[in-house]
Amino acid sequence: MAAYRYGYSAVLFILCGLSVFLVTNGQETILTGDDGAAAVDSPQTVTETAEQTAEQPAVEERQWEVTEVEEASPDEAAADKQDASAPETLVPPSVPRPKDDFQEELVIRPLHSGDIYASFQFRTLWETDFMRGNKVSHYRLFPKSLGQVISKFSVRELHISFTQGYWRTMQWGQPFLPAPPGAELWVWFQDSVTDVDGTWKELTNVLSGIFCASLNFIDSTNTVQPSASFKPLGISNVTDHRFLRYATLPREIVCTENLTPWKKLLPCGTKSLQLTELPLFSLQAGLAVLLKSEKLFHSSFHSQAVHIRPVCEDWQCKTTSWELRQTLSVVFDLHTSGQGKREWSLFKMFSRTLTDACPLASSSKVYIDITDNPEGEQFELIPATPLLSQAVVLGDRRTFSVYDLTQQITFGAVRSLNLLIRWKSTEGDMLRPLLHGERYVAGYGLQTGEIHTLMYNNHPYRSFPVLLLDSVPWYLRLYIHTLTVTSKAKDNKPSYIHYQPSKDRVRPHLLEMLVQLPPNSVTEVTVQFERALLKWTEYTPDPNHGFYVGSSVLSSLVPSIVAMDTNSTQERPLFSSFFPCKEESSYFVRVYTEPLLVNLPTPDFSMPYNVICLTCTVVAVGYGSLYNLLTRSFQIEEPSLGLAKRIANIIRKMRGVPPL
Amino acid sequence: MAAPLTLLLLVAVTIRAALFRSSLSELIAERVEVVSPLTAWKRVIEGLALLDLGVSPYSGDVFHETPLIIYLFHFVVDYAEITFMLADVITAVALYLAVKDYNKQVFRKQKFALEADRYPLDCLELIRSPKEMYYIPLKVAMFYLLNPFTILSCVAKSTCGLNNAVIALFILSTIKGNVLLSAIFLSLATYQSIYPLTLCAPALLYLMQRQYIPVNFRRASFWWFIVQYAFMYLGSLFVIICLSFFLLGSWDYLPSVYGFILSVPDLTPNIGLFWYFFAEMFEHFRLFFLCVFQINVFFYTIPLSIKLKEHPVFLIFMQLAVISIFKSYPTVGDIALYLAFLPVWSHLHRFLRNIFLVSCVLLACSALFPVLWHLWIYAGSANSNFYYAITLLFNVAQILLVSDYFYAFLRREHHLTYGLYLKRKDGSEATLVLK
Repeated sequence: MAAYRYGYSAVLFILCGLSVFLVTNGQETILTGDDGAAAVDSPQTVTETAEQTAEQPAVEERQWEVTEVEEASPDEAAADKQDASAPETLVPPSVPRPKDDFQEELVIRPLHSGDIYASFQFRTLWETDFMRGNKVSHYRLFPKSLGQVISKFSVRELHISFTQGYWRTMQWGQPFLPAPPGAELWVWFQDSVTDVDGTWKELTNVLSGIFCASLNFIDSTNTVQPSASFKPLGISNVTDHRFLRYATLPREIVCTENLTPWKKLLPCGTKSLQLTELPLFSLQAGLAVLLKSEKLFHSSFHSQAVHIRPVCEDWQCKTTSWELRQTLSVVFDLHTSGQGKREWSLFKMFSRTLTDACPLASSSKVYIDITDNPEGEQFELIPATPLLSQAVVLGDRRTFSVYDLTQQITFGAVRSLNLLIRWKSTEGDMLRPLLHGERYVAGYGLQTGEIHTLMYNNHPYRSFPVLLLDSVPWYLRLYIHTLTVTSKAKDNKPSYIHYQPSKDRVRPHLLEMLVQLPPNSVTEVTVQFERALLKWTEYTPDPNHGFYVGSSVLSSLVPSIVAMDTNSTQERPLFSSFFPCKEESSYFVRVYTEPLLVNLPTPDFSMPYNVICLTCTVVAVGYGSLYNLLTRSFQIEEPSLGLAKRIANIIRKMRGVPPL
Repeated sequence: MAAPLTLLLLVAVTIRAALFRSSLSELIAERVEVVSPLTAWKRVIEGLALLDLGVSPYSGDVFHETPLIIYLFHFVVDYAEITFMLADVITAVALYLAVKDYNKQVFRKQKFALEADRYPLDCLELIRSPKEMYYIPLKVAMFYLLNPFTILSCVAKSTCGLNNAVIALFILSTIKGNVLLSAIFLSLATYQSIYPLTLCAPALLYLMQRQYIPVNFRRASFWWFIVQYAFMYLGSLFVIICLSFFLLGSWDYLPSVYGFILSVPDLTPNIGLFWYFFAEMFEHFRLFFLCVFQINVFFYTIPLSIKLKEHPVFLIFMQLAVISIFKSYPTVGDIALYLAFLPVWSHLHRFLRNIFLVSCVLLACSALFPVLWHLWIYAGSANSNFYYAITLLFNVAQILLVSDYFYAFLRREHHLTYGLYLKRKDGSEATLVLK
């Protein structure tokens, strides 16, 4: 496979040389002296649309060539500290600075439960401005479908996740990127948007098409505007929550049809992207080869997400660029499938091995978390790597073995990388997550109930505040006066409560509050609700299954054990750089509780005609009896003869005898 | 008469106070037969809690009381039990005084008629004696205060008790002939729950009868009186509505209270006919049937007023019954109000046709409501149809009860004109039929 690639690449080199020459010739006049902010305007994308189609493959190859150059000069020391701008420095001066950049990464963390947590991160950075009057029509690495969504709907930030299964915080620790079961979508719009609700409605429908998901079921009844829990993650000066919309679909089932469109957004995702003009060039490469749906969905937890946000390019934030971050997290339950043997490999997990990096990627790495295994007494990692990296993740300093896929040496003689971990011992101690949440419904019967939310602070001596967000559908009528917050058997008064009552068939309840969690404690939030009887057409197709209530969201700044890295522009592994960190002493954590499944009383669905008939009959009985009494008057009954007598009279008449 | 009434009040208050203290009160407050989304005490508390949080109580769909109620309980929320007991006592005393006055008038009228020899000779046994009428006011108060429906309603702190008190005060001021107070209390009752609007017809008839104004469309005095009453009624309604606006500073309460009553968005089961009907309704017919059902409540006013224009108090009874059967969120408290009038019509008992059957059905249904509710909601061994069937039966029984009294009333009137023992032409005993 790799040998073939090299055959192709030789041909491509020649092509590239030619095309680079062409491009530089064509663009020299326009792009001389262009850099930084001026490049944002990307004049060539506007002016020379006709040329672009011809140029596009050429540009791709140029980037490809760049990576080749990099491969040709391995720089082992700088490998794991590779700068995003590294290719830039290697680009011949005549070629303009690439305004977009693609990085891919796979983190594998053996969990103490014996499961394996694998998290893919793909990041595309593009220094462009979707919001200017001129339309961005030249897309290279950034998927065009999403770019058009951003510019059409004036999106400032977009976060969407599809998750199958529930992340078990107490067994698996904190995930790099939390996500609630089902689908979650939250969007910050630009403050230029006037009709936010209308835009939101259109956006959900468009996203529904892009991701083949039921996001079109997001309407006003499950959309809320959290006031504090969901702050913009990128650079933003808008914090007015009128421009924020948040919705979850806890019932959304995630499957292959959601994975395929998600993969298509990757530059190296599928064969049918971008370079279809060159039939000999297959671009299923890099980490994306591992994304096989039959394996990914045979797992305990599957979560895929797309995050789009504007980020700073440099320390002073002079230039901004759009970041598209696609993440996919899987937890494999290899313990049960491996017949009790604790051993896993890339091939076992994904039924594929790695053979190369994505040629479009400026960095492509595999990280294995070996923090719990410093001397190799827990497990054995094959092949071993000399590259180690340390990163501060979720308040903890972790050590990772790094495999740089852009280095040919990584793949060894067999030209393929099949990582293998063989466990030696089964014991191990997990760092307990400092923040943890649980939720359940108490009570019996179908009339009322009580939602209990438990928030655990496992920190031995520090208390910290937690923002709790609850979005409850209107058909569970919350009674806010029954809200109690207790920790350590004492009343714990929330310092901030934002409550928006529901409107029937229009909007859900929104409850947000800031609670201080005492150290080493469980805080219990309870609120009572009443179950509504709905119209028979409002029930889901299987009404006795129950109705899902989305997860509550706990957002908190948890005190960190080690100093957090506050420099957001410094190059770090992708998995550790998602949530911006403002101070060294604490880090941001978001925890989702379980979604709830609540039964509602149901009418008899087979009875509409009967009910209409019977009720109308009763009304008619009322109307009839009153009508009778109102319109008629009392009269003396005229003697009416029986039938026999009448017949007898007729016969008597015929006989000429006087009637009876 | 004051002593037995005081004793009755004491007994009633004791029962209520004991129930308030018992564990039953929480159970009763959850019963859907006793509280509706409009009147539930839980929702009043919720409204107050929302006010405390700085959220308008009408921004959500939990609170549907009028602004005056929330303002009232803003001050007396700690004395809610006393307030509700007081409301019941006021209702009972008002009904007592009203019926006493009414009976006096009935007796006086009867005396005039007797003196004018207007009754046929064989009707003497239909003539009411002061002795049998003596205890009627007390019986009315007793029927209201000791009715289990009223007690349940009071213990559940259903604001229906307050509405009943307003309506009772309206009846009292009408019967006492106080036009202004009658208009004010009627507007207050309308403001609380729209439907008492239909009571303006009997009030007008009664007040005109009292002031010897003929009910004649060609007479200026008739129209002048109507204009006067309408002016007072609409004026006080306007004042109350504006006052509510100034209390909360927004008109949000109009759709939240009256829109809620008229469009029936909350399908929580109750003893009425609306909930299951509109839960099972086809969406495109919903508006049509909503209009039909709501018009149905108001519709009977005109024909009943024409038929009963000589008997406005009976008309009040009929209207109250029709409202409590056909209103969108009925509770047992509404039924208790018109049931309290039954002793006033005790002289009709000889003409009632199926009172035994109807009272048995009513009693059986009242017992079956909680049973079938339990089977549906808690045990899961029955479904909604069981509860629905009982509401249907309960409403049919109520309709039969009311129409039976109406029938008996009309029949007695007929007998008072044409004689009790009617004979056919051939001298044999005749039977009366409606034709």
